[in-house]
Amino acid sequence: MPNYSWPPMSTRKAIGQRLSRHDGIEKSTGRAKYNSDLNKPGMLQSALLTSPYAHARVRSIDVSAAEKAPGVTAVRVIAPAGTELQWQSQEIAVVAAATEPQARDAVRLIKIDYEVLPHVVREEDISKVGNRAKPAGEQLTGDPDKAFKEADVVNEGHYGIPVLTHCCLESHGQVVQWNGDQVNYWPSTQNVSGIGGDLAKNIELPATAIKVHQDHIGGGFGSKFGSDRWGVEGAKLSKASGGRPVKTFLDRATELNIAGNRPSAYAKIKMGAKKDGTIIAWESTSWATGGMGGGAMPPIPYVITNIPNRRLNHSAVATNGGPLRAWRAPNHPQASFLTCAAVEDLAAKLGMDPIEVFVKNIEYAPEPRRESYIYQFKKAAELSEWSKRWHRRGDSGSGPVKRGLGVGICSWGGAGHASTCNAKINPDGSVDIELGSQDLGTGTRTIIAQVAAETLGLPVNAVKVKLGDNALPPSNGSGGSTTVGGVSSSTRIATVNALDKLFEKVAPSLNTTADKLEAVGGKIQVKGDPAKSLTWAAACRKLGTQSISEQGQNNPRNPLGLNTQGVAGVQIADVSVDVETGVVKMNRMVAVQDCGLVVNPKLAESQVAGACIMSICGALMEERVMDQQTGRVLNPDMEFYKLAGAADIGEIIVHMDLREELDKRGVIGLGEPPTVGGVAAIANAVANAIGVRVPIIPLTPDRVLRALEERRSA
Amino acid sequence: MSKHHDELDEKAPPKGGFSRRGFFRGVGVTSGAIGSALLGEQEAEAAQAGGAKQGPGAVPVALNINGKVHNLNIEPRVTLLDACRNHLDITGAKRVCDKGTCGACTMIANGKVIYSCTTLAIDAQGKQIQTIEGIAVNGRPHPLSTAFVNNDGQQCGYCTPGFVMAAKGFLDKNPNPTYDQVKAGLGGNLCRCGTYVGVRKAVLEAAKAMKGGKNA
Repeated sequence: MPNYSWPPMSTRKAIGQRLSRHDGIEKSTGRAKYNSDLNKPGMLQSALLTSPYAHARVRSIDVSAAEKAPGVTAVRVIAPAGTELQWQSQEIAVVAAATEPQARDAVRLIKIDYEVLPHVVREEDISKVGNRAKPAGEQLTGDPDKAFKEADVVNEGHYGIPVLTHCCLESHGQVVQWNGDQVNYWPSTQNVSGIGGDLAKNIELPATAIKVHQDHIGGGFGSKFGSDRWGVEGAKLSKASGGRPVKTFLDRATELNIAGNRPSAYAKIKMGAKKDGTIIAWESTSWATGGMGGGAMPPIPYVITNIPNRRLNHSAVATNGGPLRAWRAPNHPQASFLTCAAVEDLAAKLGMDPIEVFVKNIEYAPEPRRESYIYQFKKAAELSEWSKRWHRRGDSGSGPVKRGLGVGICSWGGAGHASTCNAKINPDGSVDIELGSQDLGTGTRTIIAQVAAETLGLPVNAVKVKLGDNALPPSNGSGGSTTVGGVSSSTRIATVNALDKLFEKVAPSLNTTADKLEAVGGKIQVKGDPAKSLTWAAACRKLGTQSISEQGQNNPRNPLGLNTQGVAGVQIADVSVDVETGVVKMNRMVAVQDCGLVVNPKLAESQVAGACIMSICGALMEERVMDQQTGRVLNPDMEFYKLAGAADIGEIIVHMDLREELDKRGVIGLGEPPTVGGVAAIANAVANAIGVRVPIIPLTPDRVLRALEERRSA
Repeated sequence: MSKHHDELDEKAPPKGGFSRRGFFRGVGVTSGAIGSALLGEQEAEAAQAGGAKQGPGAVPVALNINGKVHNLNIEPRVTLLDACRNHLDITGAKRVCDKGTCGACTMIANGKVIYSCTTLAIDAQGKQIQTIEGIAVNGRPHPLSTAFVNNDGQQCGYCTPGFVMAAKGFLDKNPNPTYDQVKAGLGGNLCRCGTYVGVRKAVLEAAKAMKGGKNA
């Protein structure tokens, strides 16, 4: 078998370079075409009718007036009479028309009679959800009752983090054309190779009939894997409209209401410890919702999982809200917040530094990562000036603005997914690298080019990367931070295979054998005798008219040491809180993160910084607000579903943990882990600053003031 | 948490939850009392100056975009953004919030930064509209576009054209901004991937590159 392993760190040429992303200029000049930008000849627009109620039954529906409305080509009923609607904005009918305003007008002509049914949409007070809470059964380890009696310090707290939505800037949707026995499908998707099969299943065509293409995606974050109801209906509208292409992209309110959300997590947590900070007991009662399916228990206690005595109870609460979808590091940010907040509160009660408490208990973390956490705590403390700026809880001076520091941690898997790459070396010297993958803005195109260039000894811009089409060799969807490991490994294998073929072709003209050749600096040369060489162009000319085309596959069960899983990360937030107004201001966020071999540190740092900013949004602003009276989402727009702006984030300091021993582990995914610890870090920094826990996220001024008020009145 | 600032005064957020465009979608635009009551003062004057009722059917609309006049026949309720995206295939500006909050639709009209999702196409007539497609300098990418690449001020890229246009409008009026002014100056635009670190650096780099008034 050829040697596929990564070249050692010291000899790498293309891998490890801080290159700018290859599709950057297309995006920043507006030339990049997202599928929501497409205008196909004869294209129709569509509009959805969705439920105004959180829970209702359709008594009757009459679309006859809509069908006769100007410009309308097709109307489809999704929820016929008798259908029970389980959340606001659930799809009822869809209209295709020549223009978008016409489609919307026609939707307004649909007559529908609802029987309104009782709903539950709020879960933060579990005593008010009635039979909507489904207990999952107790998990018991050791003897927590005995351990709490033996503890020197016991701390009890309650904590909560609400439902968030993905709020992808490019909404969910597609252009789709069902013409005869073929469907051309241009979705906004994280799953180029797989989404065609999903659509095919739902419209009863063979998967091979669906041609998927997507050059760019405007955000997915875990919410864009399937064809969705609107994809299926779009295809059927196209068929019913004589095969004309139909465009459907959800409006913002619908996107926020039904295109996925991150489940909430609430918990009462009791921890017991010895005076020296050794944690000996954990007890938690938690609950969560992500719609009618409820919400699973986050993996608590997080990272320091193996506390010897634990009792865990969890209930999934079914609420009449849009269904959950994967959201960057599913359930990890919630788990990190619940755990790190409880540890921070325990540390405050012990009179200890929370980092000391984590380190003291690091043996409860999985063995392979313990050393990483200790190193990263130290590094993050150094970068955040922890020893200078951290203080005992509430000990932050006499003025109204209090400064505090807090810490949060992350863990993630991130092994490479199944991926196939085709590498073509052409007689004119050009190189095509083809994968049915997608670049979510993470830099996938760029890192693939770097891997190929490294193998072939070429400049990175000599490699052309083709992604985004399901006619290309399949790669799995981009979820769980699996893409970089998958595509870098398959590209490495494919390019090594292709290069070996080229070596075989040119070896005779260099009077040697293929195994004696290497590709370095744009040349094919004899190892140890660089004078005997051919330029890349001259070598490729020896191919005559036939390109070399070789595949490589990443097999997740045997990744050949090219990729692996398991990372650690530590984040420290530095905030100022005005105790008169309750406003929290970010001063600084420090993130120390490992992810094995880093193909492009510039893009990796961007990912981590972006994840920190998402955490700032989640800690300080984001919340899907439900109204129990009407059952509706109160903030289904970007004015009141708040995201941070450029002035709200303070400074972000990213330190990629690039130590050689981590590099040797191979490539590991990075999309999820840095999104995990930030909320915990910010919440803990606020507690450190103002001397009291603000239990519920986001840390809005009203919640900060209420926590301060409750302390005063206590 | 400022989402707007003086330099971007054209981007004042909508007042309350009423959707002006939603109203237009329903009734078309008239110069009558109901219409005027819901319009801003200047817009009401313009509507009255226009005289006769327009719509609800399609009407001729002439838009000067990037120096080229486009003649369209569209309903008066169509926004400038949708006119560009759906009728002219000018798709750099994105429809994201569709409510004048996020800035992904940012264009420049007569030198002022606007949210094209809350500007009706008929109201944009007679103005010099500049979109991301029209800011290249002598066939080369605008220094801001290049700086966004150099500083990795983009990930998925969907907010990027709006950021570039907002930054251009900002730098045209503030050619020597401080770092803090840049942060405030970009307050009318939102990004979901979290690219602000690169965006802020990019605007400072572009400001340096643009010095000397070499750029349009």
